[in-house]
Amino acid sequence: MMRSWFKSGDPWVWLNAGAISIALVAVFGLLGLIMVRGMSHFWPAEVYQFATSNGTLIAEMVETETVAAGSVPGIDISAGEIERHLVKTGNRDLLGSDFRWILEKDITRREQPQNLAVLERVEWGNFYGYLTAVYQGDEKVAEGDAAWPGFLQRLDRVQEIRAQINSLERDDIGAVNYKIERLRLHQRSLELKGKTSPETAAEAEAERAELDREYKDLQTKLKGLYAEINRDAITARVMDGSEVKIPMQKIVRAWQPNNMSLLDKVGFYFQSLWNFVSEDPREANTEGGVFPAIFGTVMMVLLMSVIVTPFGVIAAVYLREYARQGLVIRIIRIAVNNLAGVPSIVYGVFGLGFFVYFLGGNIDSLFFPEAAPAPVFGTPGLLWSSLTLAILTLPVVIVATEEGLARIPRSLREGSLALGATRAETLWRVVLPMSSPAIMTGLILAVARAAGEVAPLMLVGVVKLAPSLPLDGNFPYLHLDRKFMHLGFHIYDVGFQSPNVEAARPLVYATAFLLVVVIIALNLSAIGLRNRLREKYRALDN
Amino acid sequence: MPQPTLQTRHNPRYRRRAFKDQLARYFVGVGGISVIAAILLIFFYLLYVVIPMFESAQIHQVSEYTVPGSGKTLYIGVEELGEVALRISDQGEVVFFKSADGTVMKRVQLKLPARVTSIADNFDNVMLGLENGEAIALKYVFTASYHNDVRELTPGIEYPLGEKLLVIDQAGEPLRRISFHINDDSAGVAALTNDNRMRYVRYARTQDFLTQSMTTELESNSEYVMKKPARDLVLTPNLQYIYTATETAGLLQFTLTDEGLDEAPVSQAFKQNISSVGLLLGGASLMVGLENGEIQQWMQVRDKNAAGEDTRKLTFIRKFNSNTHTIQTIAAEHRRKGFAVGDSSGEITVYYATSNRTLATINTGAGSVKELAWSARGEHLLALDDNEHMHVYDVHNEYPEVSWDVLWGKVWYEGYDQPDYIWQSSASTNDFEPKLSLVPLSFGTIKAAIYAMLFAVPIAILGAIFTAQFMAPRMRQTVKPAIEIMEALPTVILGFLAGLWLAPLVEAQLAGIFALLIILPPGFLLFAWLWRYVPGRSVFDGWEAALLIPVVLLLIWFAMAISHPIENVFFDGNLRLYMSQHWGIGFDQRNSLVVGLIMGFAVIPTIFSIAEDALFSVPQHLIRGSLALGATRWQTLMRVVLPAASPGIFSGLMMGFGRAVGETMIVLMATGNTPVMDMSIFEGMRTLSANIAVEVPEAEVASTHYRVLFLAALVLFLFTFIFNTAAEIIRQRLRKRYSAL
Repeated sequence: MMRSWFKSGDPWVWLNAGAISIALVAVFGLLGLIMVRGMSHFWPAEVYQFATSNGTLIAEMVETETVAAGSVPGIDISAGEIERHLVKTGNRDLLGSDFRWILEKDITRREQPQNLAVLERVEWGNFYGYLTAVYQGDEKVAEGDAAWPGFLQRLDRVQEIRAQINSLERDDIGAVNYKIERLRLHQRSLELKGKTSPETAAEAEAERAELDREYKDLQTKLKGLYAEINRDAITARVMDGSEVKIPMQKIVRAWQPNNMSLLDKVGFYFQSLWNFVSEDPREANTEGGVFPAIFGTVMMVLLMSVIVTPFGVIAAVYLREYARQGLVIRIIRIAVNNLAGVPSIVYGVFGLGFFVYFLGGNIDSLFFPEAAPAPVFGTPGLLWSSLTLAILTLPVVIVATEEGLARIPRSLREGSLALGATRAETLWRVVLPMSSPAIMTGLILAVARAAGEVAPLMLVGVVKLAPSLPLDGNFPYLHLDRKFMHLGFHIYDVGFQSPNVEAARPLVYATAFLLVVVIIALNLSAIGLRNRLREKYRALDN
Repeated sequence: MPQPTLQTRHNPRYRRRAFKDQLARYFVGVGGISVIAAILLIFFYLLYVVIPMFESAQIHQVSEYTVPGSGKTLYIGVEELGEVALRISDQGEVVFFKSADGTVMKRVQLKLPARVTSIADNFDNVMLGLENGEAIALKYVFTASYHNDVRELTPGIEYPLGEKLLVIDQAGEPLRRISFHINDDSAGVAALTNDNRMRYVRYARTQDFLTQSMTTELESNSEYVMKKPARDLVLTPNLQYIYTATETAGLLQFTLTDEGLDEAPVSQAFKQNISSVGLLLGGASLMVGLENGEIQQWMQVRDKNAAGEDTRKLTFIRKFNSNTHTIQTIAAEHRRKGFAVGDSSGEITVYYATSNRTLATINTGAGSVKELAWSARGEHLLALDDNEHMHVYDVHNEYPEVSWDVLWGKVWYEGYDQPDYIWQSSASTNDFEPKLSLVPLSFGTIKAAIYAMLFAVPIAILGAIFTAQFMAPRMRQTVKPAIEIMEALPTVILGFLAGLWLAPLVEAQLAGIFALLIILPPGFLLFAWLWRYVPGRSVFDGWEAALLIPVVLLLIWFAMAISHPIENVFFDGNLRLYMSQHWGIGFDQRNSLVVGLIMGFAVIPTIFSIAEDALFSVPQHLIRGSLALGATRWQTLMRVVLPAASPGIFSGLMMGFGRAVGETMIVLMATGNTPVMDMSIFEGMRTLSANIAVEVPEAEVASTHYRVLFLAALVLFLFTFIFNTAAEIIRQRLRKRYSAL
């Protein structure tokens, strides 16, 4: 019976089925892993106070695992398997690290005190402890039960001032600095052209004096704000019983996780999520948000789309509508097709050599001699990244557009021509509008590919921390020469180059999840469009 | 195509339309062709960057003149940029002159008690050996000043070992040949006297903390009486060896200590008389010039002596034989492992040691070459012939380090025991020898791709077979896009998961991972066997894959659960430790297994989607015919569907391999990126693509390193392009065949 079963071949069919099951489990498993790890980060985790044989410990649970006793130092192998927890104790400034392992058997008691507070700080990661008192200057203004509400109220004020400081530093002072730099470049350019005269020098001097004064005013204002923000402080008791004083300007956010209702937690969750996508990163990208990375990715992809669409469409129209079909075109078509399979790093190398050093270097020496020796376009930047990715995604757009053009029924073209339209008119009024969904599909696929590419961008313009966004209020508003941040590179950088990988890991998962969602959404919409398109032409054919 | 008729041709409106039509035709034509040209530009640009590496050097004469000054010239030298040259005569006269035309800039007469009989140099340090057995060290310096943006050099002389003469031979015999080296804390002088003794004097140098001035004190003083007349000698920079060439085709190697010459020399016989000896930059390589024009490179290589102790042995490495006449002088380049030789026929040849390349040859046209001098940047070469004529050459020799053998063959590098494939492009020391073999990188690339394919191929192909042939259409509608969408998943995410999630997991659950690989297939079969007893099972025909998903999950859980017990029972509680102790297998946390699993996951969609297409588009009438003739569905698959679709499956495999080869982020993040050549599944690798990503941003533009990285990119480009083209052609053929059926 066994033998006849094997002879029927059914077991082999089941093995084939098993292969696809493994693939499906892997696909959804990985997606689920990214989602769970990425999204759970924002949930306000309970904070425990553990009594252990080595003293008190205030910490969040991160993960629990059972390991062979032999692999834990100080435990005899005969213990078999033991359970241990990775806990986040925060307070890196006091303890040296955020995380530690504790053994389940060492824990004698665990509780969740209501008034345990978590403070998210500007530096040194989270703080865990009990709020004891609030100070204004040296004067104690609240303590005991009144401390927490008083503290929250003052924290609002601090946040408001911080927002003002940020806007002042980044926007106003940044603009003045930018103007001063432009003035210097302008002067230098006049000097190089030999057009300096006492009048121009005096004019520049006046302008500089004006800017300097503006700068000084802003500085004074800033100093005032800093005095304001430094006013308040709190004291808190940490797990070893000692009290520490924390200036309030160091605190970003505060909450008491064990004291929150489910609704509070949900609100907190979305607030965290919003902060994540809207804030600047802090502490070497391991804390804070990813806004500049999102912005950079979007800018780069937009620019790339603007470049790639017309060129891709023209090339496809040429290949399909105008070129004489023959061996040469067939070879070109295969070549273009296969360029999509060329490793992206090769495009990166090409972009670096050709765009950055060759084109950029020449542009600098022709148009920006005044900036020398600092390069303007002769260094990796937004423009070159977009161009490199445009070349990388060009085959995708060409192939998709060609496919769309090929699907347009012959009868429609012939109808148009028979009515007396010229070829160009047929193309413009009939063929292109009808193939626009195909072009869109190509573009979406190109965008999805570009958004996920990292390797070439590492060579042509992405940096771990860009001081300013490529788009701002200073003329010419769009700064194509600036370096930018990118979600994919952010993942690589924070996951592998950051000093505190363990603390940054949830953030990397969250970033990864964000990127996955964007890319899958783009791909699904491309697939949807393609299917709709096919249905439409099937109807026309009949 | 509407043909314009007579009436419409004169109609201005029609003319405008016709003009627009033409315009569009040209616009699209020009635009289309230029876009395609731009894409093809990639290939040509990479080629354009790579090609200069393989061109030979250019050398051409700038000028020729009689050296200024009087007496016999014993030494010539030239400053870094090649503007100012100098000569030292046997009368102790130092003349600085413009190297272009010999215009004298400065003359210095050294106050010496006797005639100069020999001179040796270490770049800009020079030592003069005198007729009375004494010696003095000089250093020539150039101070640059700028007047109206024009660089002006003022030459001068310093005395690194003090202005006092050093007594090398107490007997006062003339120093026929001399060699020396000055280090930060020591200095050594070796010399041959006229009565065939070899002298070695060693000095200790100390720096005064307050004045920063150096003092030199005699440390040791030793001598060896040559049994045969000696011709030339060199002292190595680390003051460890003296190599002395005898008149009778022999080379003596003396080992040195702080106390002086150690024991008896080791002698090495040559087939030809030695005419000249020299050292390459760093002093690790000894260059021996022979009377027949051959130059041999020798190095100290680790060896075992009779007692089994580690020793070093002078070993022949390679030879250079573009010259055919007696080698008169060997001049090493100051900043890399190149050198130039001059022979007795007046021929000057520029070689590079590591790549064994003869880069350029030029003839002075005036008899024997006596002295050669490189400018520090290696852009100017000065030659002095027998008739006191100076020949000045410009040398364009930017990429001597690379040759086919360096890139793809084994090369014997300085400090290595044998020829090897090594990639090490930069180091912190100045006398570093770049090691630019692409073999370890290509090996790593292929290794990563193979492990990825090992994992991906069975899953992708078997999965494609099931999806195309057996799966219920409704399930296929969701399964296919689900797997295909994975192709768009950014690899940086997969790389991050590989490095930070999977690698630690594999390390912790190694036994479980292997157990899982072993139990999955029997697990499926067991379930299938049990399934036969489930009533009403035919409803689920085509849904087998969905039924197996819980089985997969269960088996994964089971494998992870038994992981630790297996380790405890069979492997003393720690499989990794057990492997390295009992089987000698090392374990890196970021290893090929992790790369194979994750990169395999990345190429599954590529293979799956192409193979599935090929299998699904096998014409239905073939399948129905086979089934109608009584074949089972498995027989139909094996005998009808697979043979028909095999080219498509093959093309999918090639595409998958191409993708695995070019993948950058996963290998960058999931391997240790060490360029080792080891097939072990528990070791990492460094691939071409990851290497480019790591090194290009730091490579100096247009340097050899930069161009070699472009070459690596070109190799990747060609490799994947050829693979993909072949796959594409196979696929097109298949499509034609199906349409014929």
